[in-house]
Amino acid sequence: MCGRAADAAFARHSLIMFAPGDAMTILMLTTARHSLRFGLAALSLALAGHFAAALPAIAAPKDTVVIGMGIEPTGLDPTVAAPAAIGQVTWQNVFQGLTRIDQDGKVQPQLAAGWTIADEGRTYLFKLREGVRFSNGVPFDATVAKFALDRARGDDSTNPQKQFFSVISDIEVRDPRTLVLHLSSPAGNLLYWLGWPSSVMVEPSSADANKSQPVGTGPFKLASWRQGDRLELVRNEDYWDAENRPALRTATFRFISDAQAQAAAVKSGDVDAFPEFGAPELFASFKGDPRLTTSVGDTELKVVAGLNGRKAPFDNPKVRQALMMAIDRQTVIEGAWSGYGTPIGSHYTPNDPGYVDTTGVYPYDPEKAKALLAEAGYPDGLSLTIKTPQMSYATRTSEVLQAMLAEIGVQLQIVPTEFPGKWISEVFKGHDFDMTIVAHAEPLDIGIYARDDYYFGYDNPAFSKAVAEAERTTDTAARLALYGEAQRMLAADVPALYLFVMPKLGVWDAKLKGLWVNEPIPSNDLSDVTWDE
Amino acid sequence: MLRPVLTRLLGLVLTLLAISAAVFLVMSVLPGDPAAIMLGTSARPDTLAALRSELGLDRPLPLRYAAWLTGLLTGDLGRSVTYGVPVAKLVLAGAAVTLPLAAMAILISLLLGLPLGVAAAARRGSAVDAGVSLFAQLGIATPNFWIGLLLILVFAATLGWMPSGGFPGWQAGAAPALTALLMPSIALALPQAAVLARVTRTATLEVLGEDFVRTARAKGLSRRQALWRHAVPNALLPVITIIGLQFTFLVAGAVLVENVFGLPGLGRLAMQALAQRDVTVMQVVVLLFATLAIVVNVLVDLAYLALDPRLRNAA
Repeated sequence: MCGRAADAAFARHSLIMFAPGDAMTILMLTTARHSLRFGLAALSLALAGHFAAALPAIAAPKDTVVIGMGIEPTGLDPTVAAPAAIGQVTWQNVFQGLTRIDQDGKVQPQLAAGWTIADEGRTYLFKLREGVRFSNGVPFDATVAKFALDRARGDDSTNPQKQFFSVISDIEVRDPRTLVLHLSSPAGNLLYWLGWPSSVMVEPSSADANKSQPVGTGPFKLASWRQGDRLELVRNEDYWDAENRPALRTATFRFISDAQAQAAAVKSGDVDAFPEFGAPELFASFKGDPRLTTSVGDTELKVVAGLNGRKAPFDNPKVRQALMMAIDRQTVIEGAWSGYGTPIGSHYTPNDPGYVDTTGVYPYDPEKAKALLAEAGYPDGLSLTIKTPQMSYATRTSEVLQAMLAEIGVQLQIVPTEFPGKWISEVFKGHDFDMTIVAHAEPLDIGIYARDDYYFGYDNPAFSKAVAEAERTTDTAARLALYGEAQRMLAADVPALYLFVMPKLGVWDAKLKGLWVNEPIPSNDLSDVTWDE
Repeated sequence: MLRPVLTRLLGLVLTLLAISAAVFLVMSVLPGDPAAIMLGTSARPDTLAALRSELGLDRPLPLRYAAWLTGLLTGDLGRSVTYGVPVAKLVLAGAAVTLPLAAMAILISLLLGLPLGVAAAARRGSAVDAGVSLFAQLGIATPNFWIGLLLILVFAATLGWMPSGGFPGWQAGAAPALTALLMPSIALALPQAAVLARVTRTATLEVLGEDFVRTARAKGLSRRQALWRHAVPNALLPVITIIGLQFTFLVAGAVLVENVFGLPGLGRLAMQALAQRDVTVMQVVVLLFATLAIVVNVLVDLAYLALDPRLRNAA
């Protein structure tokens, strides 16, 4: 092994990456062309056989569904990781909570059949359902519930929403059916928080393995997960709520990241539903197809261009307000998301209870914006950067913002910033940015503006007080009034440019019923999904 | 013959060690903390710290690398931070898609590229030659993921003959699995076939002008016989070089094509691991690619030896 060949090989050494199967093909080519021909014939025979087998139609009532998703969950335990995709597969299907959030964003009982609130909102007494079992047979009772909540709030907790549970000072198992939570202060949102994916009930013997082998009390259980491709759930035949056993026998989630491929999968019927279709520009192409139905709902994804209030020029509220007035939200929605989406004036969506329309606080007015910018000390305009994640909504919105801000003399330079890794480290934690843009996915998260270290650097004691008070208030009307106040404050102060709520663009087989149109919480609840015959 | 083999083996081990250290370093230098990526924007400092200690991220870098190496020596490839399953399982599953995909792509590109190139050379200046040139130009200019999208639109979305993507797995049987890989491998193969056709045409033309081909014809061989017995075997040497080089492009292309077809291959796994800063998965995928590259080099060398008696004698 030397001479010319070895030299040539060595020269290419650093270039070549990998070469599977080449030995075989080269040998086949150089030694026996016949075997090649034979191999091809065999291949085409095999393929023909496959097609033939696939042809006969199945007449039995359909009890399977294939759901498409653009993003694959990273692990299957919503109590140890934040990505919305985890909840979109497991919440309500595999895992259930003491309470649940319904299609309208309202709190409903689930594993807790009912509750009483006493002691001015400091004590919650839950009556738990009888006969509930996890899919591995372990019965659910107050001791298990205490374990699940202690796991979420304990020192070793890696729960992404640990702050939900910080208000709980003590958990008491009064009897197997009675769980009492003692709070250090009243918490008006506690029942809502307990309905989140991150608050689901898990049991001690299986909890640690839930990331790859989830065990919950839900109507489905995991059958298989081929990472990168698909995940299959099967009906839990021992589901505790026998009257509401789901109609579906199996549900397959397929993960397709490319938008064109998503559309093709729906059109070819390989996927029955894409509840959250990722490419608005392709959405219109489903309209003429009688086999399909489309729906446009609301998500909780608030597209917000954060301004770094810790530094100039954004420490001057007039600059922030001027930028807001330079933006025509409807044009942003047209340019970024093909016209689908709802404009917002603060960090709150029309889905959320207590929504106040604040889009009129700083309406689009480039002349006024220019004047205000001059008043703030920038008569000749400004030069700014925006750190933009790679997602299409973010890049497109940034481009529209760039054009609009140019009209009031603001030069906006787009700096691509990989999400989540780089963005979290530079923008979110490092606070190293002028402007940025990201869709905030968590429902009812207006409270983030009251956090000390949050990336906007918003500091308004009146706002923090209103939010803290709202979180303590158990009376719904009074709480929502406080949230209304908080929304108005954000709209006036503009710690971020509030742009729009991402729509939930759903497309599915017209015979498929029971999927949610809105997404008040990241989910694909399949318990009521049926096929219409 | 033994010494060069041992030298190569040693080189392989050292190369892989260097690559693994580089991957480890690069992944740690990249901005982005796996714990923060997992726990999202509401995570509290104490939960982040708890997760970091659970994942072992709070230990110093050299220690983590040493632990990973020790694990590797005992056959433990580690566990994916993202998925929570053994890395070996993920990588094997990915390889079971990407390797057959690349093999099929190579096979198709050879089946297309070689005959086209030889045919064009044999009838130089004819309509066949012009057609092959056109195919080569188009094939080289067209990105493989776009060909993939086109195939999906025509054969899956419109005609409904083929699945639009995804992979049923080998346990579903060879036929469905091969069907799923057919369109992706064609998408991967077409640009490669175009390159191959061009190279084969040039190489064959060169050989056809050599004295020994004229001699062969003078001895009474037909054009066809001279072409296949004398010209083509001698034209294969540069072709083999190109095939070796093409594997690089196949990997790069596989990442894109796997994305378009939703195939759970190594390319997709690597992208996911990179986005999640899943260093254990990244390590093993990159090492696997590197090993394959080195093995391919050796195989290309062996192919040279098989094809060229002069090199055999020199060795």
